[in-house]
Amino acid sequence: MIVELGHFALVLALGVSLVQMAVPAIGAHRREAPLMRVAEPAALLQFALVALAFAALTYAFVVSDFSVKLVYDNSHSAKPLIYKVSGVWGNHEGSMVLWVLILALFGALVALFGNNLPDTLRARVLAVQASIAVAFLLFILFTSNPFLRLDPAPFEGQGLNPILQDRALAFHPPWLYAGYVGFSMTFSFAVAALIEGRVDASWARWVRPWTLAAWLSLTIGIAMGSWWAYYTLGWGGFWFWDPVENASLMPWIAGTALLHSAIVAEKRGALKSWTILLAILAFSLSLLGTFLVRSGVLTSVHAFAVDPARGSFILGILIVFVGGSLALYAWRAPMLKTGGLFAPLSRESALLMNNMLLSAAVASVFVGTLYPLLLDGLTGMKITVGPPFFNYTFVPIFVPLLCLVPLGPLLGWKRADVKAAAERLLAAAGLALVACLATFAVAHDGPWLAPFGMALAVWLVAGAASEIAWRIKLFSTPLAESLGRARRLPRAAWGTALAHGGLGIAVAGIVGVTAWRAELITSLAPGESAEIAGYTLTLEQVGLRDGPNYEATVGVVRVARDGRELGTLLPEKRRFPAERQEKTEAAIRTNGFADLYVVLGERAGDGKWVLRAYHNNLAPWIWIGGAIMALGGAMSLMDRRLRVGAPTGARARLAPAPAE
Amino acid sequence: MRRLLAALLLSFAFAGAAAALVDPSERLADPAQEERAREISKNLRCLVCQNQSIDDSDAELAGDLRRVVRERIAAGDSDEEVYDYVVARYGEFVLMTPPFEPATWALWLGPVFFVLAGAGIAILVLRRHRGPAADEGLSREEAARVAVLMKDSGHSDDAR
Repeated sequence: MIVELGHFALVLALGVSLVQMAVPAIGAHRREAPLMRVAEPAALLQFALVALAFAALTYAFVVSDFSVKLVYDNSHSAKPLIYKVSGVWGNHEGSMVLWVLILALFGALVALFGNNLPDTLRARVLAVQASIAVAFLLFILFTSNPFLRLDPAPFEGQGLNPILQDRALAFHPPWLYAGYVGFSMTFSFAVAALIEGRVDASWARWVRPWTLAAWLSLTIGIAMGSWWAYYTLGWGGFWFWDPVENASLMPWIAGTALLHSAIVAEKRGALKSWTILLAILAFSLSLLGTFLVRSGVLTSVHAFAVDPARGSFILGILIVFVGGSLALYAWRAPMLKTGGLFAPLSRESALLMNNMLLSAAVASVFVGTLYPLLLDGLTGMKITVGPPFFNYTFVPIFVPLLCLVPLGPLLGWKRADVKAAAERLLAAAGLALVACLATFAVAHDGPWLAPFGMALAVWLVAGAASEIAWRIKLFSTPLAESLGRARRLPRAAWGTALAHGGLGIAVAGIVGVTAWRAELITSLAPGESAEIAGYTLTLEQVGLRDGPNYEATVGVVRVARDGRELGTLLPEKRRFPAERQEKTEAAIRTNGFADLYVVLGERAGDGKWVLRAYHNNLAPWIWIGGAIMALGGAMSLMDRRLRVGAPTGARARLAPAPAE
Repeated sequence: MRRLLAALLLSFAFAGAAAALVDPSERLADPAQEERAREISKNLRCLVCQNQSIDDSDAELAGDLRRVVRERIAAGDSDEEVYDYVVARYGEFVLMTPPFEPATWALWLGPVFFVLAGAGIAILVLRRHRGPAADEGLSREEAARVAVLMKDSGHSDDAR
């Protein structure tokens, strides 16, 4: 009954979305306020209905109602509660309901807090947002209904793929979707602005927090996915240039570009048309990501052809929204007035440079990801575009960009004094040079690029610190005044510094793992030892252990260094009887600078077990850096200027953004 | 995330396929040869996996291919000959780095084109937004034109 209620709520949500799509748009066109005012209650009602449907589905998973086909296919009564809940979106149908839920949530937020938007803009934004909801609700109801029943109901479910039974992976999709769908909001704002034929500072001011929120969620989602891959895949790799990874990286890069161009649009009124185009592209790439993952086209072009219903439907959505919005852009963008003059050496130009390099990077990833599909589809020729292609193309585009990152925030608007900015970075440049030489001295037998990588990392971190030091006039005024300035510094400035510094830390991590990882592959009998990177690993014994819904073979590995006992590591191999699958669980010991990563392999005969161990230098920094970047995004989002419903009265006027 | 995809789309494909990555027993005695084998393995695709190299795949077929690579190296093949041997049997699909040939020109030259196009667009945008360079003062020609215009307006004032 509850399940049917959920299904019914989803159908009602479609009806409400249709109204929300049509009525406010007509109202905005005719300037009729009563029609425009339909948008807000409709957006709230749509959210309530989708939330009800999602709750009904979650209920079915939690109580293990196997009469629901989706629950039968993806759940098991013995599964821990957390994975029963995460099982809701650990499958195609449920994940699409989550997608629409987040979409409706964002629409509802605009309805609740968008009072300070011009009426017609708000009505149009919500109408565009509803049109996306209509497309995806139709998709769910016609091709991916999660509420189908089975009769007779089976006694037990098939279980959830063990790979998905993991804490980081359980919450990886919601973050990723919040990011993907967050760009739907900037898309709606962009399309609404094109229909209005007007982009002003208030438009850019509204677009920035949504871009930030989407970027922040996507950063967390990607970092989580990468961290999960690191500890799950069993050999410590963290990024594979896999099409699915690329599908999430492309909107992230486009979103990063949008984040920066929106600053120019807001502060200087320039690059407006370009910002709108980026907003359209960021969401288009999100849709493309959804299409790539959901249609099965990545497995092979032919898998797509075998069951084309879902793939064709999403492809249709993709064509309508991307094609439609780009056509609208081509038609209306030339009418947008753009202003803001600036010299070739200015903050605007630096941000333009950032945008061009990021766009070239995203285009390269796009080509690398889709080229094999296209070539197969057109000529039947099969090629593989693997990590080397991306390393040869993406890295050379990204490194110059990273070199310019510290300079940008120090340049003035309109016309910059580059010499003064460079002087402020002298200390950072000196530190980078020291890092380069020190790395070379310590690790001169490693790859020759590594010292430059470390220099780049230090340059980014020290550059971010220099920016803050300059803004608070550190060392050039009394310390007390500097502290006062630090307190008054807008959160957005802290956000910028944190995000750029976090990037540097992540770069250090990537360089460290890539350049200096030690590897040990051996087979040991209980009692035998092996050495890696100065650690002595002793396989004490191999035993069995029962988990809630699996049984594990556990290796007990004692770790010592220079004769000193450091503890034991417990790498596992888990067998899931319900799903009839296996999964390895690496044991990782970290000291914040390097990970000791141990995996138990197969039984090697004559009582020996295969043991793999890796010493991954600076590996934790990749995700620490990612977390700091996300924190920077959150700081910026909390900036007074961007706060939702920020007071527009005296207080806001008294707190202008200094030092911009 | 690669396995998330696998999990969602082909959960059947690796059920029970948890054999091993590089096995100690597979390895060549000569460390230099083994190093070459690892490098080559990283550039060969596991044909039954999602975009994994045979070096980091635990599929059975990847293990077979790793052994083939080591056999060829032990038989005295150069790296080039090993790649040729594998490509002759499995096609170019097996190479992680696609070769530069007519069918992949667009792939390899694409990024170069994007950077150039980006630079071109940036220059256009900069031109459009370049303000009147007030600080730089007037050039000699401009000063002369201003003088002429001032004189002209002066005449017309006088005439009225």
